[in-house]
Amino acid sequence: MDYSQFLLMTPEVTLALALIVLLVADLVMGNDKSKQYFQTLALVVFGIHTIYNFIQGEISGQQEAFSGMYLTSNIHVFVKNMLNVGTLLVLIFSIEWNKKENSNHIAEFYLLMMSTLFGMYLMVSSGDFLLFYLGLETASIPMATLVALNKKRNESAEAAAKYILTAGFSSAVMLFGISLIYGSCGGSLYFCDVVKSFAATPVQIMAMIFFMAGVAFKISLVPFHLWTADTYQGAPTSVTAYLSVMSKGAAAFAFMIVMWKAFTVSNVAETVWHNILWWIIVITITVGNIFAIRQKNLKRFLAFSSISQAGYVMLGLMSGTSMGMGSMVYYLLVYLFTNLAAFGVISNIEDKCGKVGMDDYDGLYETNPKMAVVMMLAMFSLGGIPPFAGFFSKFFIFASAAQAGEYLLVFIALANTIISLFYYLLVVKAMFINKSNNPIAPFKSDNASLVGLTICTIAMLVLGLISPVYEQLLAWSFGVN
Amino acid sequence: MSEFILLYFVIIPLVMMGVLYLIPGEKKDLIRKTMAGGSALLVALAAYITIEFIEQRSAGATAPYLFTASKVWYEGFLNIHLSLGVDGISVAMLVLSSVITFTGSFASFAVEDKAKEYFLWFLMLSIGVFGFFISIDLFTMFLFYEVALIPMYLLIGYWGSNAKEYAAMKLTLMLMGGSAFLMVGIFGIYFMGTPDGAHTFEMVTLMESVSKNMPIEWQHIFFCLTFVGFGVLGAMFPFHTWSPDGHASAPTAVSMLHAGVLMKLGGYGCFRVAMCLMPQASADLGWIFLILTGTSVFYGAYSACVQNDLKYINAYSSVSHCGMVLFALLMMNQTAFTGAFLQMLSHGLMTALFFSLIGSIYGRTHTRDIRLMGGMMNIMPVLCVCYVIAGMASLGLPGLSGFVAEMNIFVGSFQRSVLSYEEGNWMFLIFTILACTSIVITAVYILRVVGKMLFGPIQDQHHASLSDANYFEKIAAFGLIICVAGIGMYPSLWTGILNFDLPRLVSLFADKTIVAPF
Repeated sequence: MDYSQFLLMTPEVTLALALIVLLVADLVMGNDKSKQYFQTLALVVFGIHTIYNFIQGEISGQQEAFSGMYLTSNIHVFVKNMLNVGTLLVLIFSIEWNKKENSNHIAEFYLLMMSTLFGMYLMVSSGDFLLFYLGLETASIPMATLVALNKKRNESAEAAAKYILTAGFSSAVMLFGISLIYGSCGGSLYFCDVVKSFAATPVQIMAMIFFMAGVAFKISLVPFHLWTADTYQGAPTSVTAYLSVMSKGAAAFAFMIVMWKAFTVSNVAETVWHNILWWIIVITITVGNIFAIRQKNLKRFLAFSSISQAGYVMLGLMSGTSMGMGSMVYYLLVYLFTNLAAFGVISNIEDKCGKVGMDDYDGLYETNPKMAVVMMLAMFSLGGIPPFAGFFSKFFIFASAAQAGEYLLVFIALANTIISLFYYLLVVKAMFINKSNNPIAPFKSDNASLVGLTICTIAMLVLGLISPVYEQLLAWSFGVN
Repeated sequence: MSEFILLYFVIIPLVMMGVLYLIPGEKKDLIRKTMAGGSALLVALAAYITIEFIEQRSAGATAPYLFTASKVWYEGFLNIHLSLGVDGISVAMLVLSSVITFTGSFASFAVEDKAKEYFLWFLMLSIGVFGFFISIDLFTMFLFYEVALIPMYLLIGYWGSNAKEYAAMKLTLMLMGGSAFLMVGIFGIYFMGTPDGAHTFEMVTLMESVSKNMPIEWQHIFFCLTFVGFGVLGAMFPFHTWSPDGHASAPTAVSMLHAGVLMKLGGYGCFRVAMCLMPQASADLGWIFLILTGTSVFYGAYSACVQNDLKYINAYSSVSHCGMVLFALLMMNQTAFTGAFLQMLSHGLMTALFFSLIGSIYGRTHTRDIRLMGGMMNIMPVLCVCYVIAGMASLGLPGLSGFVAEMNIFVGSFQRSVLSYEEGNWMFLIFTILACTSIVITAVYILRVVGKMLFGPIQDQHHASLSDANYFEKIAAFGLIICVAGIGMYPSLWTGILNFDLPRLVSLFADKTIVAPF
């Protein structure tokens, strides 16, 4: 066996090392006195992992390890780095919450978070259905535990139960699809083998649809979205942020790799999944938007908003060109900072006074102008208003779909952005225009959250106006062929 | 940096925003001084650009755009440029925008509540407007167009009056709806209008390549999409409904800037993007929009007759006058084009004047209902005389700007109608005559207001003790009246500037057969 293959897996290796270090540290730091340093240690270890991977050199072209089981390239590594940054931001936002509400389970929080991240890495890099499935499960099961972490609240347990049951069911469906693929594609699960023997027979089409259904659950595409709102509402806010950004982003990218690598062979297969995805996108965007209008709880509100955002992300799959991939990753990057900014504000306010209703935000600008401005920027960016980054990411991903000639789809998606702008403006209206008799009292947030919010705000303002990020992503991306 | 001189139209407001951000909110005087100084600078810059433009053109510069500067923004496949440049039409629009920003700043000195935030949003709005007119790259044009839309929401929603939240939401969503049409059109122009591997957003290249590369059926589709997209902003019937509510609820300066400049973005965009890029499609399908805009012209005028709220009267009159801009553009000959752009200038200035006066009157009487006011001429003579002048400009009195514009528009329209009638089609003739009748109706609603509100007995004795215009209201009103009268007295300055470029653009349509269904 050629051990140098492990060198390609730097992100996984360092993350595994970090996990082991923290596990041992948790064991060693037995007493309460040293436990208070665990949080600092975990942040430092994860920070080192993030920075170390960030400064790695470029990879030349697409490479594979373990005879095609594991794929990597610059864009894969970029997605992993992006996930690292996002996780780091979530961890920063949750420092205060960990200290106050979760002091007995700090180690569990960090270890579970990093285990799901490990699963996502595998999912992103998989070159084989089996590894994909393993990654998906590794990402899902610790996630359910994270959702249930808030033991004192019933909603948290309910959310976790909903999550694990739907996750289990969808894994079963997906596994069934994978076994059909295995049976009908000559007994191999490597993407590169499947693509050769995929003849678009009815069984294979069914297998593909089952597989798509399994992933659609993870990305929470309609009609597999039913768990989303309750889980988002019940989970601790930092976990919700993690679910809505990282989990979704990793799954969306992995989904694109699988569809392009394994199922884009004959025109028949491509037409089938294109048509299915076309309708899924339309329904996802519309349902997500329409349900979001009625939400009064901001976490639920962002749940539905994230459903419709997932629909926009899927537009990147339609073209099959490097522009599609680059635009999708860029969209995920912008979405990460934007959504984390929104969740950062929500978790800050929730920590300080326990309010998450939209009505509670009335008159926020009068009492906490900085928080209100960050939230407003996040809403504008999510709604796609220039000059914030969200406008650019939307423009590019729509352009990639238009490149494939999907003008009608682009038009429907654009019409939906009007609905989405309506409810994003409702939040802005609450904070700036509405008056309140009982506003959120002025508070000073902790330094860590301020750092996190500043990073997100700068990213929202700058990411679109400077072009090198997107250009680099385009250069690293690749198309179907 | 001297080649990027046009960029100062964006940089100056940006710097002003930075300065305002640093000034503490309580120092309202300092904020107002910053606004006055900065917007005066913008007027000076616009004047400089105009003079320089005339000089260069007179010296024989024939490039389609002057003061051009281009820098690649997004390299590679997307090929987005930050391209700046102006021709005669954009110069006129820049002057209009800077004058209205200047007078609008003075008109907003009355804002006391959160003045700092108000001016920050106001400046962002003006960045969008200026940026739109200096861009000659479709992407940046679209970007600035959207930048101009969103400040409207908060400006109307927070500082407005009446049903402000409803109006703000309606306006924002309808205009965003327009931009959804527009964005699809832009994608179409980008991907189909240029050959593979050489996609670009740059207008100069697109002017030649779109009609060559895009199949005519697709041109038809994208012409409709872009025309409707910009038409929403130009208050084209039936997409005009945001305009009365929006204008009636907006604070004074926002109404001024919105009716005065932002609605011109619509007509300008229709011409630049929809018509000039796809002349064949506009010749084929122009009649659809001619029916719609013709309807706006007289529908707006009739609606204005039955309104009692001063702002609603002017909002509907704006629908009518902006409809006339699009109407004239669709006639596709030189006289009508000249009229259309003069009408943009004229309508921008006189509506701004109207709204600033209405704001001043409303600020004193706290009502805008003309049935509750009377004899204002005795109480506040300066404001009322200005109002009469604005009204006269609106109904097309010779010597003021409205006459010059409408004269050109209708002469141009009749030229086209007669040509079309000789071919056996009477549609153009019918709509031209219908549009002409709107002049009479304009006189009806203007004189109705003048008669009821300015003359006659004083309705409400509380009004008798009200004061007349103060110094900043006078600056705003007199500045605008000078401009309105200036265009009316000396139109050849502006027709001259426009005529540097219009012949080239008219020639795009010269060899096309304008289709009419009946």
